[in-house]
Amino acid sequence: MTQDLHSDIQAPAKIDIIGFLARFAPLIFLIVLMTGFALDEPRFLTPLNLFNVLRQVSIYGLLAVGMTFVILTAGIDLSIGSLVAFAGLVAAAVSKGGLSNRFTVGAGQEAASHGWYLAAFAAIAVGLAGGFLQGFAITRLKVPPFVVTLGGMSAFRGGALLFAAGGPISGFEPGFVWMGQGRIFGQVPVPVIIFLAFAVLAHVVLRYTRYGRQVYAVGGNPEAARLSGLNVRAVTTSVYVIMGFFAGLGAFVLAARLNSAEAVAGTGYELTVIASVVIGGTSLFGGVGTIFGTVIGTILIGVLLNGLVLMNVSAYIQQIIIGIIIVLAVAFDTFAKSRRRTS
Amino acid sequence: MAEPLLRMTLIGKRFPGVQALDDAGLEVLPGEIHALLGENGAGKSTLIKILSGAQQPDTGTIEFGGQMVTMASPHDAQRRGIVTIYQEFTLAPNMTIAENVFIGREPGPGVFVNWRKMAAETRAITARLGLELRPMSIVRELRVAEQQMVEIARALSMKSRLIVMDEPTSALSSSEVEKLFRIVRDLKAQGLSIIFVTHRLEEVMQVCDRYTVLRDGRLVGSGSIADATIDGIIRLIVGRQVSALFAHREETDVGDVVLKVDGLFRRGNAQDQNASVLADVSLEVRRGEIVGIAGLVGAGRTEMARAVFGADPFDSGRVLIEGREVHIRSPQDAIRHGIGLVPEDRKQQALFLALAVRTNLSMASHMKILHWGMFIDEEAERAMVEEYRKKLNIRMASPEQLIASLSGGNQQKVTLARWLALGPKVLIVDEPTRGIDIGAKVEVHNLLFELARSGIAVIAISSELHEVLAISDRIVTMREGRVTGEIKREDANEEILMSMMTLSAKAA
Repeated sequence: MTQDLHSDIQAPAKIDIIGFLARFAPLIFLIVLMTGFALDEPRFLTPLNLFNVLRQVSIYGLLAVGMTFVILTAGIDLSIGSLVAFAGLVAAAVSKGGLSNRFTVGAGQEAASHGWYLAAFAAIAVGLAGGFLQGFAITRLKVPPFVVTLGGMSAFRGGALLFAAGGPISGFEPGFVWMGQGRIFGQVPVPVIIFLAFAVLAHVVLRYTRYGRQVYAVGGNPEAARLSGLNVRAVTTSVYVIMGFFAGLGAFVLAARLNSAEAVAGTGYELTVIASVVIGGTSLFGGVGTIFGTVIGTILIGVLLNGLVLMNVSAYIQQIIIGIIIVLAVAFDTFAKSRRRTS
Repeated sequence: MAEPLLRMTLIGKRFPGVQALDDAGLEVLPGEIHALLGENGAGKSTLIKILSGAQQPDTGTIEFGGQMVTMASPHDAQRRGIVTIYQEFTLAPNMTIAENVFIGREPGPGVFVNWRKMAAETRAITARLGLELRPMSIVRELRVAEQQMVEIARALSMKSRLIVMDEPTSALSSSEVEKLFRIVRDLKAQGLSIIFVTHRLEEVMQVCDRYTVLRDGRLVGSGSIADATIDGIIRLIVGRQVSALFAHREETDVGDVVLKVDGLFRRGNAQDQNASVLADVSLEVRRGEIVGIAGLVGAGRTEMARAVFGADPFDSGRVLIEGREVHIRSPQDAIRHGIGLVPEDRKQQALFLALAVRTNLSMASHMKILHWGMFIDEEAERAMVEEYRKKLNIRMASPEQLIASLSGGNQQKVTLARWLALGPKVLIVDEPTRGIDIGAKVEVHNLLFELARSGIAVIAISSELHEVLAISDRIVTMREGRVTGEIKREDANEEILMSMMTLSAKAA
């Protein structure tokens, strides 16, 4: 009995410090970083620069929100960069009025042109299909996510190169371009609104719905989830579909912002996106993490890169710094996990 | 009497919450086959782990070959000539027999391996065992019995003086057992000593020279097999007064049959496709009844529970709920038909360690606290947690506390509450009190009584005989995937149960 009492009273305090750090370390780090940059370079804290930083990260952010679902189930998706390129090209072609018109110059005034929503719909449909295919391979063919999405990374890129047939597709109708370049209230970039709106939606899903609970349960202990009557296979498939949705949406916003889609778009996005999620405190072992953390992690990487640019730090050194931060974030995660296990 | 080869005295070992060994001891003479006996949890495994250097004792001494020694590591023990063959083999399945025999000690110049020499020496050793195994065969392709021989060959190649075998016959057919015994007797004739850890008393009588019995971590008896009887040894093994702490179940009214399992078969396991995991398992549980399932490790108790719950597939047989046949292919199906399972390994199979008590408790019953079909009503969820905190006396600081920070007993109560919240007709509990302290055990027992009183049909699997006797109305024993008997609680005692679950059907 005394043992019960001890573990009841002592253990929570121990856990809470680790839990507190896991939750707020990224935020604290972000604040420290922003203060540092602001002291060093006064231009950093202007609204214009801050909104620019947010606009730069909004596409990474959309992808990171999807990636949070995947990593919560202890999965990974390496294919997103390629899927973004493929879905972007399809959206661009739809906007231009079909495959045959896709290289028409100009915003489509002369050629047939469709509204932005059809383009968005097409990009998202491609993303959903790609995500479902991969989810199916993972849960039914029992191929590890790392391998399936590594295959997807190659296959979707190949599809994009085939589809583009060499050249970029550029020049969309104004409504499409506004989704990437427009501002609301003259200040707030539209991609930032899209990113934050979907982040809030994802937060509500993970935090307040039955489905959200199931994602955490499947990631935390798939066997216990199965024995509790959860459909582990369906949940696992669904997170890749959700990732596909965000890849499609991200592809649409990216094409709109650049007013162009090309087959090499999105190269290397997977690393930045996974880094954002992990730095935001989501565990690669599954079952632990929040959308709030992912948003902070995404902004953290954006601020870091932006600040380093303002301080004239070479792009090569930026890559080294990002690499080191990822390893440190995972090291902390491993440490936190071992504490959970032994307590 | 000759000077013993091994003398372990006053060995004590404490794990968090459990005194695993307390005054345990073991003496083995040179050139004898020694049986180490005891119930599950009596401390045999811990004693063997200490002997093999895998764990360090808190107190006590080990003398080996006339010298005081400390076994700092398994490697240290092997260097001194003590090799342990565990139930789970430690072979590398994709490598050859010769590589496995000489793993870590490959002969050859420098960093290279002299394959010719390794094969020749392996052949010499297998010949000494009277075996015809090709040194270059891949271990994966061997049968279980042959893999065991590879383990023995490895032990011989290390110039062992003492070989410890943990349940060596549990995976063997009877002809393979005969062969093993012949080899073991040969080894004895060559001057080696062998420790047999086993539950099968018939085999002990057949092959062993002397025995040692542990109970509750203590040495309770040892002697020569020639002077012993099976009955006498069983009495030593179980011989406790049933602890006064355990409440006995009162007479209860039982109702109609709720769960009927009829002729369950399941073939094949990872090691042997032809083995039967479950062979013609049938049983009935009535409303308000607690049926205890007794059997040794590997008897098929857990496999039966998992098959009924849909966690593992089965090949043939029927499951009936309230007289109607139901088709259960997944835990979801089982839950829909009102069956719940508290699995044997709490941490691996039941708990979400990174989640709060609240989320752990409600995991199977989200449907009851849903609004708008998708949102969890946290108000209702907290009320649910509060209800079961009171009913089950779960001690926690807050429902938001991580489940990992609760004690084992309270974790187990949360797992039980997860099923109670669903209102099951049948609840299967597998080792419900494993790894929790004595006070919490009594609470869990009382809880099971209460569940039965509320009309739930309960199946309780336990390796602790006094627990089975304390909580069951009726006890079914299993061995090797078969039901070997059924007995009413009032007609049973530990000796009877032990013989029902250890002796083969014809001997019993």
